[in-house]
Amino acid sequence: MDLNQFLILAAFLFGTGVYGVVARRNGVLMLMSVELMLQAVNINLVAFSAFLHDVSGQVFALFVITVAAAEVGVGLAIILLIYRNLGSPDLDRVEQLKG
Amino acid sequence: MIAQNVAFWIIALAMAGAAIGVVRSTNVVHAALYLVVVLAGTAAQYILLAAEFVAWVQVLVYIGAVVILFLFGIMLTRAPMGHDTDLDTDSRWPAAVVGLFLFGVLTALLVDAFGDKEIVLHEPTRTAAVADSIFRTYVLPFEVVSMLLLAALVGAVVIARRD
Repeated sequence: MDLNQFLILAAFLFGTGVYGVVARRNGVLMLMSVELMLQAVNINLVAFSAFLHDVSGQVFALFVITVAAAEVGVGLAIILLIYRNLGSPDLDRVEQLKG
Repeated sequence: MIAQNVAFWIIALAMAGAAIGVVRSTNVVHAALYLVVVLAGTAAQYILLAAEFVAWVQVLVYIGAVVILFLFGIMLTRAPMGHDTDLDTDSRWPAAVVGLFLFGVLTALLVDAFGDKEIVLHEPTRTAAVADSIFRTYVLPFEVVSMLLLAALVGAVVIARRD
């Protein structure tokens, strides 16, 4: 297997995630796009771990999975609060700094 | 090696199609289900890369917990279950240009930098090796990340609580 086939798949997932973060209005869908980008990073880490025969890449991937779980928890809580205050999970409506 | 390459391309095409589905679907629940395909495909790629432990953690944490959280988020924000055309902003075309540009630049760089590198796998990574690395080399980051997870969970409860 080439190293590049994994890296290019990850680059595709990252590009798709960036598209989703910019183009999606719904907060939950935007968080899903962030997850796509994190998957891309993890594929890169594990691919380099296999390429270099070093287990550190896999440990970093586990850390990224943990942080991603924390991020989804806090992110969904914030979106829930936005929904409760504004009546919709539409992130374009969050445009005022005063409460 | 041929069989691994065939498996890689089948899984990669499914993942790419599902990733497009996540960002283009007009149904919020379908987007979450497409995300499951991407996550399962990633786990399969980890198995191809002989990283079994990470693959099963991926299945347990992502497909088991994170997707359920997303479905709860969809349910609690009362997203419309059917067709919804109001999910995207007006900046769809600039976003597509940015995404494609990023993919193109990254691909060109990767081909230039790693064009002839091959992954040679001798044997699957043993979980004991991963555990040794976590608890010997990376024990401080491990403790920090566990405190971060605790703080994030308490924070999520505090933010989402009705008072």
